[in-house]
This record gives sequence, C-alpha cells and structure tokens, in this order.
Amino acid sequence: MSATSYGWLVLAFPLAGTLIISLGWRVLPGRLPGWIGTAAILLAFLASIGALLDLLDHSEEERQLVDSAWTYAATADFSADLAILVDPLSVFMCLVVSGVSFLIHLYSVAYMSGDGGYSRYFAYLNFFVFSMLLLVLAANFVILIIGWAFVGAASYLLISFWYRRVTAVRAGIKAFVINVIGDVALVVAAFLILDNVSSLDFLTVFDGAGKAFGQNDGTLVAACVLILVGAFAKSAQLPLHTWLPDAMEGPTPVSALIHAATMVTAGVYLIVRMHPLFEIAPTAADIGAIVGCATLLFAASVAIAVTDLKRVIAYSTISQIGYMVMGASIAAYGAGLFHLMTHAFFKALLFMGAGSVIGAMAGIQDMDRMGGFRRAMPFTFITFTIGALALGGFPLTAGFFSKDEIIAFAIHRGDWYVALAILAYIGAFLTAFYAFRMVFRVFLGEPVPEARELESGHLAHGEPMNPMTGELEDTDVGFPGPEHHVAESEFPMKAAMGPLALLAIVGGVVAIPGLTDILEKFLEPTFADSRFHDTAPTTGAEVWGLVAGGVISVLGIGLAWWVYVREPGTAARVRERFAWLHRFLVNKWYFDELYEAMFVRPVTTFGGFGRRVIETDFVQGTIVGGATGIVRVGTSVARAVQTGYLRVYALFLLLGVAALTLYFLITSS
Amino acid sequence: MDITWYLVLSAFIFAIGAAGVISRRNPLVVLLCLELMLNAGNLALVAFSRMHGGEAGQVFALIVMVIAACEVVIGLGIIVAMYRNRLPIDIDEMSELRG
Repeated sequence: MSATSYGWLVLAFPLAGTLIISLGWRVLPGRLPGWIGTAAILLAFLASIGALLDLLDHSEEERQLVDSAWTYAATADFSADLAILVDPLSVFMCLVVSGVSFLIHLYSVAYMSGDGGYSRYFAYLNFFVFSMLLLVLAANFVILIIGWAFVGAASYLLISFWYRRVTAVRAGIKAFVINVIGDVALVVAAFLILDNVSSLDFLTVFDGAGKAFGQNDGTLVAACVLILVGAFAKSAQLPLHTWLPDAMEGPTPVSALIHAATMVTAGVYLIVRMHPLFEIAPTAADIGAIVGCATLLFAASVAIAVTDLKRVIAYSTISQIGYMVMGASIAAYGAGLFHLMTHAFFKALLFMGAGSVIGAMAGIQDMDRMGGFRRAMPFTFITFTIGALALGGFPLTAGFFSKDEIIAFAIHRGDWYVALAILAYIGAFLTAFYAFRMVFRVFLGEPVPEARELESGHLAHGEPMNPMTGELEDTDVGFPGPEHHVAESEFPMKAAMGPLALLAIVGGVVAIPGLTDILEKFLEPTFADSRFHDTAPTTGAEVWGLVAGGVISVLGIGLAWWVYVREPGTAARVRERFAWLHRFLVNKWYFDELYEAMFVRPVTTFGGFGRRVIETDFVQGTIVGGATGIVRVGTSVARAVQTGYLRVYALFLLLGVAALTLYFLITSS
Repeated sequence: MDITWYLVLSAFIFAIGAAGVISRRNPLVVLLCLELMLNAGNLALVAFSRMHGGEAGQVFALIVMVIAACEVVIGLGIIVAMYRNRLPIDIDEMSELRG
C-alpha cells in the first residue's frame, strides 16, 4: 500500500468508529462503545505508522504525496479536490494526534463508565479525532477549513457534554463563538490567497506565492495575520484565549484531548504548514512571535494564582502553546513541533492525573481543599510528578529538550529575538514554579479527609455538584454520574498513564543536541525550501541553553518547595502583602470582564432592544398587528352575520326559500 | 273536496313548525317543530298525489318519513350528549360557530 492509502485509512477508522457508535448506541452493551472507539483510534495510529514506514521508503525529494478522492468543486480556472497531503509534517501530526488520542480513549473507557451518555461521549470523541486528522491531512485550504470547522463543532459538543449544567453549555457556546472568529479569519485569508495565486492547493500556493507576492507584500501580510487570528482562536492565544479555561467544564479526558492531542495544536500546525507564506511576510511572523511570547508570560502568571486544579493546567497549556507559536513564528519549526509532541505527552498525563485526583475528591477541583494524596494514590502521585517535571523542564525530561530548543533558536536569530528568549526563560521559571505548586499542594502536606478515606480503601462519596458554582445537581443524563472512578482502581486508566509517563521522560531522545536528530531529519523534506533551513544554533550554544534552562527549572522547583513545603505560610503572607496583584492574577487579568463589557453586554443590550422594540413593537405590533387589524375591520360585516345561533341560520334559510318562492310565483304568472 | 284546503292546512302546519324552530330554545321542542315542518311537506305531497292519481308523491312521503326518523335519531343523540356533558339544554348556548 502506498502512503496515501494509509492516509485515507487514518481518516476512515475514526469516521467508521463515529458512525458505528452513533448508529448502534441502543444495541451496544456496557463498555463496548468505549472499546470500539478506542480500537478505531488504535487502528488509525497503526495506519499512521504504516504511512510513516512507507514514506521512509521514498527518497527525500519525493516525500510529499498528494492523493485526491474526487473533485469537490470545479469552476473555470479553479478546482478544489477532496485531497490529502501526506508529507513528513502531516504524518508526524497524525502520529502524535492518533497516538495520544488512543491513550486518552483508553483512559476514558474506565473514567466515563459511570456516565449516562457513554456512547454519545465516544461518538463525539471519535468525531473529534477524525476532524483533527482531516485538518492535518488536508491538501488544500477547502479541506483544511472543513476540518477546522469540524474541530470547532466537536469541541462544542464535548465541552457542553454535560448539557444540563448551565455553566458547561455556556462554556461550549463561548468556545464555539471564539472559534468561529478564527474560522472567519481563516476563510478570508484563503480568499485573499485564492485571489492572488488562483489556487487553493497548498503545494501550488507555496510554489506560486514567491512569484505572486513581493517581500512583505501588504496583501500577503494581511492574509498571514488573518491566518494567525485563526491559529490564535484555535490555540487559545492572546487575545482569543478566554475559551480554553472555561472548556474545563467538559469531562476531564476531554480536557486532556483538547489540550494535548487535538484542537489547540491545530494553530501551531497551521503556522508551521504555512511557513512558506510567513517567510515571505516576516512582519506577520514577528507578530506571531510577539503574541506567543506575551501569551506564555501572561498565562504562566495566571497559573501561579488560580486554585482550581484543572484551570492551572489549562493556563499552563495556553502558556506552553505560546512557546510553540513563538517557535513556529521565529522559524524554529522543528523545535515548535518537537515541543508540541512532548507537550502532548505530559499535558495528557497531567490531565489524567488531575482527573483521578478529582475523582478521589468526588468532583471537587479546588486545590485549597486538597492535600496529602501521596500515600492514597501512589501511582497518580508518581505519574503526575513526572508530568510536572516534564512541564517544568527538569533536566533530561522531554520538556527540557523541546522548550530549550525553541529558546536557543530565538537567541540564535539574534536581534530583538533575544528579548523574546529572555522573556521565555522567565516564563520557564514560572512554569517550573506553578507545576510544582500543584504537586506540593495536592500530594504533599497533611492528608485531607478524602485522602484518609482513600487510604483506608474507601472512595469518598460526595454530593453531585457543579464545581464552578457549588450548586447541587441531579445525576440524570447529562451529568457526571455519582460514581467517579479513581486511577488506582481501574486498569485502562493505569494502562493509559503508564506509557505517557514513560514518554514524558524519554520523549526527548528524538532530538538531543549533538547526539540525535531523528525528528529534524524526518521533517527535513517539508522545510527544505525554508530560508532558515541552514541556520541552526551550534551544538555548543544549544548545550549552554540547556544548562541555563535546567538551572532555571531547578530554581523554580526549589522556590515552590521552599514556599509550599519548607515554609508553608509563605504563600499566604505574599498573598496578603500583594493583595492587589493577587486579585489581578486570580481574575485572569480581567480579560473576561473586559470582553463582557466590550462585546457581550453591548450585544445582549442590542439583542434585548431588538426583541423589545423591533420584534415586539414593530414586527408584532405594527406589521402583524396592522395586517390582522385591516382584515378584522374589513370582514366585520361578514363576521356579524355569523352569530352562531342555530335559529338565526334557520331563519335565513327560511327567508331565502320564501324569497325564491315569491320570485317564481311572480315570474310564472 | 278541493285540494286547496289540504294545501292551506299544510302551509299552516309548516308555518307553525318554522315559527317554532326559529323562536324556541329547547332543542327537544325544536326537533318537534322540525317534525311538524316535515309532516306538513308530507301532507302536501300526499294531497298532490291524490290529485294527480299517481303514486310518486306517496313514495316521496315515505322517504321523507325515513329521513325524519334518521334526523330524530341524530338530534336526540346530540341532546343526550349535551346532557351527559352537563351542558345547558339550550341551543343558544351552543354558538361556537360565531365569527
């Protein structure tokens, strides 16, 4: 089989899984839908490996294969095919997406087993993975936008999965609306490119862009900025990040899926895929780099302050995606993708760990109420700590190599990019600090009652309630069931966390400076035409970068240890001393309030005005009321005859007959 | 005997029946008055039949009786239904067809 056949298979399996589960949900018993969904993604992963092996058989120049199933739309001088592009970049993305998604599916098989919407969940989940794979395999803008929109729709379905929970539905709408902003930007960008290059196929566009556009051409910069807006909306970068923390309303494995494998990585993929355009429009690339850097600092600062466990991880995702966007924008494509991969490993792991902790807390997500789970859940403790080490960039873990490769490249670019690198180091320090703030607060210290209960082998039972509002909820369809499952007790959850923990430690071996360059070599055909192809930091510079990164990471972890373990009161004292700063950070820099005041409230006010004045008074009152009024007045005589009294009708009948009789009498005589 | 007397009697009964249908509110009486009107018609038919010496008019009279029986069955059925539903036995109360 050729690589493109494998590419079609990668798409076919999750789609088949979606259809089987959604059509057969009535007859599939017990956990079978979960296993079908998991198997579909596993098969997609195996097909990705098949594509990889086949691609490696080709010579390096021939590793960009396009295959078209049928022509999607054809006009005079332009046609869009349902076509996939199999090249090292898309195969790499397929491997990461399907691989990590497979483990998340496996975890979900156990985690969601108490839920009323089990089949629905897995149908959505498979659809989500299918959309993401379609997005990364697309060979032209049309298919890319279709996959892009599917991902948005799937995320909406999964975020508001517990649809009776008002906060969840609201979060789903928020995510969808912000994603649509990105969709629109991307569509407009595609039109701008079609207008100038008269093609939507990636390879044709990339070849023709150099001729059609001059360096930093205004139209191209506009198109690239619009592409960036699309990427920012999907990847939750400033200022379109507000949906991601709210997306925590979905089930925890969904958070893992959105944050690690699908969705947020789409923006990074898009920037990397469009790199030939961004290299002709360096202004747009610089905007991307600055926004990425600002986002990583902003999100890290918020992650220090918030106490909701899942939200800390959510802000850490925004921050880490900031690194990737920055890397992709400063032409460190390989490094950006490397960080994408390692981040997928440790972020999925952290969410799974958080899921099992939340399960043990019977749904409570507030870190202020957690503590001392070290002995109650040793497996989660170890895997979560590994995830936190990788997130914090502890020496020799996966995150250590990938993050520092981006920063080393920024230093190598020189100029003002060095400033970005320094800010990224500050971000790395904050990352290490908040990563271990979670570990120390959740797992060390005095065990809370729930942890003690678990130590004695009994799972804490809590009232089902909304973690956001604290309101009690009924546990019918559309709510997390009363039974939460803890990682320690279920095999599939452990089987998913184990490999991820291993990968979070050793995932860095694919690109150790001076030792291995597997990833770089593999991705080379995609980036061979890049202007920055031959510019790379020397091994010496990279090693120095690693040393600096390692020291910063250890310092951050040390500070967290000092604040939360050595001197437990410090955090409270700092919080009191800088109350205004704490308030500012806990409220997430007041972004939500700002958008509320700038967009939401004007729109709802206008909507209310429309409903009251335009709908009620104008449409209902004037137009509809006027029309019925005219008819009513015009027919009043006709209606007056219809009294409803039987005898009046009889009288009319009689008078009619009498009149007819008289008429005939008169005429006949 | 002159047929005129029969026709006058028939017209007289018909007028009584019509006046009853129009003026009375009790559905039972309305039905009775309807019967009066029908039988006034019958009387005229039979009279004409005698005058012409044919039997067509008498056959018509028989058919009118059958129809009158059917009409009474339906009419009484409606009245019983009104009674069962505790509606007032008053046809002016059943004026939902008012425009």
